[in-house]
Amino acid sequence: MTETAEKALPDGWELVVGLEVHVELATVTKLFCGCANEFTSDPNTNVCPVCVGLPGSLPVINAAAVEFAMRLGRALGCEVRPSVMARKNYFYPDMAKDYQTTQYDQPTSIDGELMLGDGAVVGIERAHIEEDAGKTTHIGGGGRINDAEYSLVDYNRAGVPLVEVVSRPDIRTIDHAKAYVSELRDILLATEVSDAKMEEGSMRVDANVSVRPVGSDELRTRCEIKNINSIRSLGRAIEYEALRHIDLYGSGEAPRQETRHWDEAGGRSTPGRSKEDADDYRYFQEPDLVPLRPSADVVAAIDATLPVLPAARRARFAARCTVSAATIATVVERGQDNLALAAIEAGADADKVLTRIENDLAIDDWSLVSVEGLAALISMETAGELTATQTKQVLAQLASQGGDPKAIATELGFEAMESDELDVLVDQLVADNPAEWDRFTSGDDGDRKKMQGFFTGRIMAATRGQADGRAVAEILGRKARG
Amino acid sequence: MSERITRDDVVHVARLARLQLSEAEIDRFTEQLGDVLDHAEDVESLDVGDIPPTAHPLPLVNVTRPDELVESLDRFELLAQAPFAEDGHFRVPPVLGEQP
Repeated sequence: MTETAEKALPDGWELVVGLEVHVELATVTKLFCGCANEFTSDPNTNVCPVCVGLPGSLPVINAAAVEFAMRLGRALGCEVRPSVMARKNYFYPDMAKDYQTTQYDQPTSIDGELMLGDGAVVGIERAHIEEDAGKTTHIGGGGRINDAEYSLVDYNRAGVPLVEVVSRPDIRTIDHAKAYVSELRDILLATEVSDAKMEEGSMRVDANVSVRPVGSDELRTRCEIKNINSIRSLGRAIEYEALRHIDLYGSGEAPRQETRHWDEAGGRSTPGRSKEDADDYRYFQEPDLVPLRPSADVVAAIDATLPVLPAARRARFAARCTVSAATIATVVERGQDNLALAAIEAGADADKVLTRIENDLAIDDWSLVSVEGLAALISMETAGELTATQTKQVLAQLASQGGDPKAIATELGFEAMESDELDVLVDQLVADNPAEWDRFTSGDDGDRKKMQGFFTGRIMAATRGQADGRAVAEILGRKARG
Repeated sequence: MSERITRDDVVHVARLARLQLSEAEIDRFTEQLGDVLDHAEDVESLDVGDIPPTAHPLPLVNVTRPDELVESLDRFELLAQAPFAEDGHFRVPPVLGEQP
């Protein structure tokens, strides 16, 4: 889960993070009109009077978008309830209407939770439906907003349906923040609500970051960090922001509540818009759209079609194995859990199946690996018929060409090496290297370890890696004891 | 003049809408908006204690449309509505800073 070791906050400080994730819904058309939900087309080709708010145009909400929003809400354990659309007024050319249609005090989904791979739970405050804005490109002045000579606007994205998922400020570590986004992405993919591609902007994460002294339960001034384009950026941005706050408190100052932009190349955040314009959106209920009121039957029908979610998929392994939660999470995240589960049910050792898949099946296409093949291979390894190295090689060939593991092992010349042969080899090595053997048997701990490595290495070289490492260790130990 | 809206309120709202008002306009709109609010105040005098809050005057809920494509506007026609267009885009002044 972690790409780089997480830098801990200085002693005595605790991180407080809440995340707001905008998700583009995988509908065919936009939220309030029949224009294509597709904004890689030529600029301004998927635009109609509703998209640009021409006088007399009337929005009608997309039934599929509402269904997706409710499905996501239920997948996050939310109460799905009656909701009302509202106008969020702001003056900026990315919305020709001068307002964004969103939900304000009556969102579709409230009070859910998301469980992370390690069992930590993050509360979901709300998940509401809203429309996306158009795209502005700043021309001149090096493309920077403040120096631009003018801006060009493309409304293809204006009106694309979004759900904004707002977490509670329950996140206490950078790893949990990353895990939350990764878990949410898995849920979006499992429910087919969105293609959830962070790098393409179909999933956008803003982080509300503050810090507080350990042991305190206060919520201090937070800053909202925008423009985070990957899970890795998210970790860097939160760390930078938390350390910035701690520095400020350390020098007797305090952060101001503001929106900041993450600059990935510079590794820092810079202040965004000024406070005087912020949060003065004069929300009011959208008079052109009537309330949504899903019946209990509609919600029950959604529940009935929800797929098994990642948390439940992970739980299926918990009672069967002793591998780490991270291993199980990886296998589920890659969608290899059904293969693993079936191989285990076919009799293969659960821990071995999961670790082999995690370490040696980290590939895009494993469709040639059959349940029977994997189960048979793991059983051969467990029975000592194949060494770890040999098992990996057979698995690689299973994945690239398919087939029967026994036949592949024979084809690759993997006959289990008899202990007798190993014994003879070890005797020969001992005779050839008396000084090293003496250090192994009579040296200190460091010597013994070093020489164990020396002899094992020689044996592996002599057997082209086919010897079983555990058997070698056992023979060396036995001979050393005399 | 109404107590409900001050000259400063009008200046603030004008700024949010990026409207440039003369001093005389600020005075005039303060008075006009005050009249509107006074009129709304008449409604407050009604006893609505027994009436549940409603989001909408229409007795309708769940009005949706199917997720089906409808032809978009012709781009030439669309851009012709704007004062300036360039390269298939609407062209706007750079005076607006970043998105709120």
